[in-house]
Amino acid sequence: MSLLTPNPGLIFWMLVVFLLVVFILSKFAWKPILKGLKDRENEIQGALDLAEKTRAEMAQLKSDNEKLIAEANAIRDQILRDAKDAADRTIAESKDKAAIEGQKIIESARETIRNEQAVAVSKIKKEVATLSLEIAEKVLHRELEDKGAQEKLIADLASSARLN
Amino acid sequence: MYTHLRRFFTIALVAATCVFNLPARADEPAQHETDKVAQAVNEEEHKIEHKLEEHEAKFNIGEMIMHHIADSHEWEFSHGVAIPLPVILYSEDRGLEVFLSSNFHNEHHEYNGYHLVHGESEQIVPVDEARKIYDFSITKNVASMLISALILILVFTGVASWYKNSKGKAPKGFASAMEVIILFIRDEVVKPNVGPKYEKYLPYLLTLFFFILINNIMGLLPGSANLTGNIAVTMTLAVLTFIIVHLNANGNYYKHLLSPPGVPAPLLLIMIPVEIVGVFMKPFSLMVRLFANITAGHIILLSLFGLIFIFQSIVIAPVISLFALFLNFIEIMVAFIQAFIFTLLTSMYIGTAIEEHSHDHGHH
Repeated sequence: MSLLTPNPGLIFWMLVVFLLVVFILSKFAWKPILKGLKDRENEIQGALDLAEKTRAEMAQLKSDNEKLIAEANAIRDQILRDAKDAADRTIAESKDKAAIEGQKIIESARETIRNEQAVAVSKIKKEVATLSLEIAEKVLHRELEDKGAQEKLIADLASSARLN
Repeated sequence: MYTHLRRFFTIALVAATCVFNLPARADEPAQHETDKVAQAVNEEEHKIEHKLEEHEAKFNIGEMIMHHIADSHEWEFSHGVAIPLPVILYSEDRGLEVFLSSNFHNEHHEYNGYHLVHGESEQIVPVDEARKIYDFSITKNVASMLISALILILVFTGVASWYKNSKGKAPKGFASAMEVIILFIRDEVVKPNVGPKYEKYLPYLLTLFFFILINNIMGLLPGSANLTGNIAVTMTLAVLTFIIVHLNANGNYYKHLLSPPGVPAPLLLIMIPVEIVGVFMKPFSLMVRLFANITAGHIILLSLFGLIFIFQSIVIAPVISLFALFLNFIEIMVAFIQAFIFTLLTSMYIGTAIEEHSHDHGHH
């Protein structure tokens, strides 16, 4: 069957043409095409890697920022707490001082009152003494005017008195 | 699964063609008898011519199909419309002779002491039987191959220039269309099958794929040559694969061939011949697969068209045409599949031959 018998002339041309095509395409087509494809793949891979790196950096930055914010918050809280403590302390101190001061004032007022009272009492005592003396003088003066009664009283007294 | 179907069709149709051809062959007296004189050849020629002239009355589908799938010394587009192609002959006594095939267009199909024999396939024989000639003519197949080579070179150098001129740009236009195929061959066919050293074989395998593909597709055009359905072409490709595989094969491959590890000694008596037959069966299967698939496709299509002329019915013709259209789409698919399979198998053969390690013996 002629269909199954290869023709030598065709084999010859096939070899020549095909090998020529392989040679020409390898040199002038596949080399630049495959190189272009590889370059582009590397470029894309590089870009992807860079993006990945950038993303990681961004994540790092973000976590750093968060850490910073947390630290700042902590510091702020600390400061606020300290300030509050200080204020409290100052207020407490002031209160104490005021209380002591008040106490002192009250104390001194009391002292003054006491002194005044004492002065007043002594004055009243003096007055009372003077008044009593005057009364007594007046009473005595009137009593001594009645001589009979005086002598009687003395007699009474002398009789009731026991001499020992 | 599809390949099985194809194979079945192939066998069925080759068988059918043989049957179709039997009457034709029986009618022809053996032309290869060495003591035939030129006169007798002429007479036979005239008989065949006569038969061809008669073909309107009696259409011989077998002859028609064989005429279409066989090679020719002129490019015939339609009956009588043909481009003559150069005939290149070499003989020891006359040296190189070049002339146009249209010179054979005479009563005796004879020119300068050569005779163009139309048979199952065309053949140029010297009138003087004692002379031995070598036919290096630019036949229809060779011309088609040259055109396909030219197209391939123009297309891919064009694509390559795009890559040179537009570095760093996004793929665009025709270059990106070709890129998809190139990347498919590189990443899905060559890389996984050949292994880490694939870059060395990639240019050859890409050329192989596109050469087979473009010739498969060109073969489907009306009036075109049936290049990849020619056994000489597929044989050359298969032999090139064989040579590449065995030139690059490492010691491991040859060791496996001559002493498959883990096989008991008595079995080696069977295994070694089997392995060696396998070595030759691989390129042989490559050769037959491509040839048979493409030829079978052409035979199916031509048989369908032949049916139109056999039935000569206005009712049947459109139905057959529709079926032929459907088969044409299948043939386009086959064109891609066969180019892909040839490249895939070549990659696999190269891959197994250059495989470095030998610790997994599970596959072959």
